[in-house]
Amino acid sequence: MHDVAIEARGLSKWFGEGDTRTYAVREVSFEARHNEILYIVGPSGSGKTTLLSMISGILRPNVGNVQVEDVDLWALDDNHIADFRLNTVGFVFQDYHLFPRLTTVENVAIPLILKRRNWNEAIGEAMHCLEVVGLTGRAALPPNKLSGGEQQRVAIARAIVSAPDILIFDEPTASLDGDTGRKIIEFVKKEVLNEKRCILIVTHDNRIFEYADRIMAMEDGRVVGFNKGENRA
Amino acid sequence: MRGILKIAYKLLVNDKGKFAALLIGITFAVFLMVNVTSMFAGMMMKASATVVNTGAKMWVMDRAVNTVASSIPMPDYVLNAVRSISGVKYAVPFYSGAGLARLGDGTYQGVTVLGLDDTSLYGRPALIQGHIEDIYAENGFIVVADEELPKLHNPKVGTEFEINDNRGVIVGVAKVPASGLFGVPTLYTTFSRAIQYIPSMRYTISYVLVEPASPAAIPHIKDEVERLGYRAVTETEFVARNTSFYMWRTGMGINILIMTIISFVVGLSISGQAFYTFTLENLDKFGALKAIGAKGRELVAMILLQAGVTALAGYGLGVGLCAFIIALAKVRLKDYASIVTMRNLGLAFGMVVVIAGISSVIAVRKVLRVEPFEIFRG
Ligand SMILES: Nc1ncnc2c1ncn2[C@@H]1O[C@H](COP(=O)(O)OP(=O)(O)OP(=O)(O)O)[C@@H](O)[C@H]1O
Ligand SMILES: [Mg+2]
Repeated sequence: MHDVAIEARGLSKWFGEGDTRTYAVREVSFEARHNEILYIVGPSGSGKTTLLSMISGILRPNVGNVQVEDVDLWALDDNHIADFRLNTVGFVFQDYHLFPRLTTVENVAIPLILKRRNWNEAIGEAMHCLEVVGLTGRAALPPNKLSGGEQQRVAIARAIVSAPDILIFDEPTASLDGDTGRKIIEFVKKEVLNEKRCILIVTHDNRIFEYADRIMAMEDGRVVGFNKGENRA
Repeated sequence: MRGILKIAYKLLVNDKGKFAALLIGITFAVFLMVNVTSMFAGMMMKASATVVNTGAKMWVMDRAVNTVASSIPMPDYVLNAVRSISGVKYAVPFYSGAGLARLGDGTYQGVTVLGLDDTSLYGRPALIQGHIEDIYAENGFIVVADEELPKLHNPKVGTEFEINDNRGVIVGVAKVPASGLFGVPTLYTTFSRAIQYIPSMRYTISYVLVEPASPAAIPHIKDEVERLGYRAVTETEFVARNTSFYMWRTGMGINILIMTIISFVVGLSISGQAFYTFTLENLDKFGALKAIGAKGRELVAMILLQAGVTALAGYGLGVGLCAFIIALAKVRLKDYASIVTMRNLGLAFGMVVVIAGISSVIAVRKVLRVEPFEIFRG
């Protein structure tokens, strides 16, 4: 296994055709490495979410390709792309998308259940992940009974439960106060990041910039530069 | 897949408010459907009571007869002609008509009079009081102990009355499987006494009851009777004939049919709508599952399970509610005509399956179209 986890080459995505065609992402190329937290920053509408979607198998690019662990992602068929998302990527959505009708531990177990793991085993491993994020005591509650920061940690537990190589966070701290946000990222850095993993975080929140290894800035669909995060220096 | 279905099940039943709304739609529709069709089935059983109670394998009648209650007398030669058809083991005359009874206190009461063949008493009822031979006694009548009995002031063996200005005396009390639709008591007597006491035309035989030598002889008997210019039907065919007359040629059946269709449409719209709303409200959840890596067929399976559970639970509740209400009604109203038949249940089940099917198709189309990117973008 070499250092590069994700390699994006010439990614473009546009919406609409003809006069109404608008570019969300234009010819973006970058690499993300193992054991790295890469931030993607930029003004609203600059294409950050679109870019994350293209490298995580959610949105097909119009042009360009993505190599993840030496697999050409967009050359796969739909079922294999779904499997890729299930096996290789962990998502933390901006508004979590937790299931209020399931208990917290069941929410965390969902990726394992989608992987056809036996129910009790899946719940057991989910419980272990809840322990990692420090929420064992909340396992039986529905997630809407939890605080925002706790819900965020549930979403993280769900993202890491199937031990994915790539973790994708879109605006993880947008709805949290500064202290909680920082604690969450600190936790991710300490407990979630490892040699085989790479974490991509989209954020506006400069309170958490200090935890970045590199910061990639976007503007109008293009990458306009990289900053070294304060952390690695 | 079992874990995924378990999730789908939990998403459904843990959302108690929505689940209740879904159930109410199906339950209500099933209740209405089973209720009206059972009522019809109950009335039809009563309408064919004479056929069922008599138990003859085949009935010969005028071609214009629509229901057992409206018989058209046939001339005597028909009986002899039927007897001479090969494959007929025996054939006997049967009388069915309406009489007017004058009770002890001087009040009148309409009655159905059934006349059994004098020699064989073929089609006789089971007696709970008295002896069947007493039917030959002077003015002897056997009364049927059904819900209509009180209308004759609960006569017992020995009770006297007048029937169409002739003397009558109760010599036995009978029990029969089904009682009539028209709310009048039934009296059995011999064929000869019936045509003597009840004013009739030159022709006196209402029906010829036939016992075929074997089931294989039935088609031949039918053909031969047809050639005579009359009609021969089996017991089940006669019941079906009665039913189809009420079903298609009276307001009763048509209205029941319309009512059934309305319950179906109401059930479909309530449940379809509720299920659609339920799916819409869960659309982002389905989208999130898709983003995480659920495949299309897994989402379809989830929806089918949810629709299936709702349909089955609603069906059970609807049938249960219906049975409960019918049981309750029968406690209060002895004449309440309603029986839940397998066919009613099957029909309602079929409709529930259609409702669940249509609802799931709509939901599935919606869910398969959801773009995980839209969910991701928030
Ligand atoms: N389905 C779509 N149809 C048309 N335009 C779209 C669609 N999705 C995204 N866009 C456009 O693409 C551009 C980039 O959107 P994107 O969501 O990637 O931005 P972003 O950087 O994540 O912004 P934000 O910080 O507000 O989340 C925007 O101009 C947006 O309007
Ligand atoms: Mg965004």
